[in-house]
Amino acid sequence: MATESSKTSVLGGVDEGHLDLVTSPHSHFGWSTGRIMWTVSAALVPCVATAVWFFGFGVLATIAGAILGAAGTEWLVGRLNRRAETIPDGSAILTGLLLGLVVPPGFSPFMAFIGGVVAVGIGKIAFGGLGDNIFNPALVGRAFLQASFPAQMTDWSHATSRVDAISQATPLGLYKFGDPSQFAGDIATQKLLLGEVGGCIGATSSTAILIGAAILLITRIAHWQIMASMILGGLVFGGIFHVSGIGPSPLFHVLAGGFLFGAVFMATDYVTSPNTPVGMWIYGGGIALLTILIRLFGGLPEGVMYAILLMNATVPLINRHTRPALFGAK
Amino acid sequence: MALRTFRGGVHPHEYKELSENQPLEVMPPPAELYVPFGQHLGKPADPLVKKGTYVRQGQVLAESSGFISAPVHAPVSGTIKKQVKGPVVGGTTADMLLLVPGDPAPPKEGEEAEPVDTTPILLPSLPFDSLTSEQIIERVREAGIVGQGGAAFPTAVKLSPPPDKPIDWMIINGAECEPYLTRDERLMLERTADLVEGIRIIGKALGEGVNLGIGIEENKPEAIAALRRAIADAGVAIEVFELKTKYPQGGEKMLIDAALGRQVPPGALPMEVGCVIQNVGTALAIRDAVLAGEVPRMATLTVSGLGIQQPKNLQVLIGTPLKDVIAFCGGVKDTARRIVVGGPMMGFATYSLDAPVVKATSGILVLTEEEATPAEEQACINCGKCISACPVNLLPTRLVKLAKLQRWEETRDLGIEVCMECGTCAFTCPAHIPLVQYLRLAKKNVRNLPRKEQ
Repeated sequence: MATESSKTSVLGGVDEGHLDLVTSPHSHFGWSTGRIMWTVSAALVPCVATAVWFFGFGVLATIAGAILGAAGTEWLVGRLNRRAETIPDGSAILTGLLLGLVVPPGFSPFMAFIGGVVAVGIGKIAFGGLGDNIFNPALVGRAFLQASFPAQMTDWSHATSRVDAISQATPLGLYKFGDPSQFAGDIATQKLLLGEVGGCIGATSSTAILIGAAILLITRIAHWQIMASMILGGLVFGGIFHVSGIGPSPLFHVLAGGFLFGAVFMATDYVTSPNTPVGMWIYGGGIALLTILIRLFGGLPEGVMYAILLMNATVPLINRHTRPALFGAK
Repeated sequence: MALRTFRGGVHPHEYKELSENQPLEVMPPPAELYVPFGQHLGKPADPLVKKGTYVRQGQVLAESSGFISAPVHAPVSGTIKKQVKGPVVGGTTADMLLLVPGDPAPPKEGEEAEPVDTTPILLPSLPFDSLTSEQIIERVREAGIVGQGGAAFPTAVKLSPPPDKPIDWMIINGAECEPYLTRDERLMLERTADLVEGIRIIGKALGEGVNLGIGIEENKPEAIAALRRAIADAGVAIEVFELKTKYPQGGEKMLIDAALGRQVPPGALPMEVGCVIQNVGTALAIRDAVLAGEVPRMATLTVSGLGIQQPKNLQVLIGTPLKDVIAFCGGVKDTARRIVVGGPMMGFATYSLDAPVVKATSGILVLTEEEATPAEEQACINCGKCISACPVNLLPTRLVKLAKLQRWEETRDLGIEVCMECGTCAFTCPAHIPLVQYLRLAKKNVRNLPRKEQ
């Protein structure tokens, strides 16, 4: 049999006892959870930049408050539970960033901080941490803020500088409670595309959101089916109502409020969306339908947040009933 | 024309450039061969020879022990030193014969020197023109030919489909979709005419009316061109299917889907859709056994990876310890971290370099940290990449969550038995979950479950 010396001669300086013994495959795509989360954060940079351009540097304080609340909670609970460090996976910071972008400009950084604590503490960790949460954590934080600080969450008056007085009310608010004729026509669409309208910090510029969408699609991070089904659903369902004489044009539905931001950054959250191709279409279409129903018949001007949270709850059911047929099964 | 392919799959870094231009080289016999009895799927062969016996090249060392079994022959003339239990690839041990190549021992003092025949044993060569199906199948069985594609299924069984499963296509699997491996590519380039003969012989074995084809990935344009030329020269009808370079294009079910658009149902064999698939090496082994009377003595394999000094394509005697093959390729670099037998997607990391090369060994890879970085398992983020990539439409992440909870019945209900452990899911997983490990565990437990009541 082989002697020790012959082993050493074959392996040179490598110790046989230190060879990796792991199961196949011995090759990997190279991506990690952290790389995905940080890439999504990078895809949000255009939204942050346009927010600063339209609303001023104050928005950065609000975003920072939300990130501190979210990441601080993740860090503290991790320490208390003696769990491995999870901050580098970028997930908690991304949650804070998303939350900071879906509150009004001028929103108190302290309140944003509290929202961040709730987003990660209740929205994520209470369910078992990353991967086990049922509801989109950033939207859980936002729902909490909406319930706790309703006045501040609907105060768009801080939308100063480049956004004119009329659009300091949000386009959807104008549509619901004001005079819809003040916001119509091609100019309105142009303003919605650029972002020169009142609205949440990150949701103001459709162009910035679409740049982010391109990044998520080119890197194949986001499932295109979810974005496509939600936007297509918005156009189809909005169009059906519009043709029946109810509500604004379908394009307005998709470009105004948080619809596009929700479709690109919120609905595509892996953990809280279906993982089967058919399920993704049902999920995106469902969010679009619920959003439009809330906007047209509910008590609120906007409905994206509740629509996504409601559809989050249906994901296990959707996954169960949309399982793809096995290869070759009839 | 659009390239033929299947749904799902991945495209790993190929690393074929390391070895694809290295012509096949015959490695000289090592000092000792360790020849296992079980080199195939099915029952191990029964040993026929005793300690101290001198055996001739091609002599039967162990005979087939059942329908799904295969005999083992002496790869080279030499003396059987003993029967041992030694390490084999896959982490277990098995019974094997230690064969020392060389001339018979000289007679002891006082004994008369008996003349010993040291010439290799060859089976009678069969003339191509008068070959019958029975002749070919019997020869394949006698020669102990097993599939070279990885599972090492006895080839004679595959060539004898039951009468209620008519076969209309025989396709040679030249996809070689595993990264690094270039042995089939070299065989297709260097033994093109022999391969065409082998394909025609398999066609004869399967009977009249069977269409013949070969599927090759587009990343081997020279092999595709060489085969087209050889087929034209021979004036025979063999279709060359150009396949998209995608893993696992060479999985039997994927290959049939890509080439013919037929899907093998879950749990069924290719014959269910009228197909037989054979590997390039298998077709050549059949040709050599039938026309030249040679039994398989050598494994054709690729030695590669960023951690080996000289990547090579080799013909190695069966039973050669891995360490001798690695030494023949100049040894490993200091950066070597993992030694894999087979391809990187489905091969086994080995702990012992004493394990021998067997009939179906396709490669020895010495990998560095750059190619195979070990990573810590993280939480599943439900990204669904494993689901979109799975070529047989399983839900790997769901199955693994169930496996962790030991809910085996539910993994069976979700179809885990169709998993071929191709590794596509784990390759794409950003959380670095060893999905294949859990899937294997679940499959093993599902096999042990009581039969489902009808």
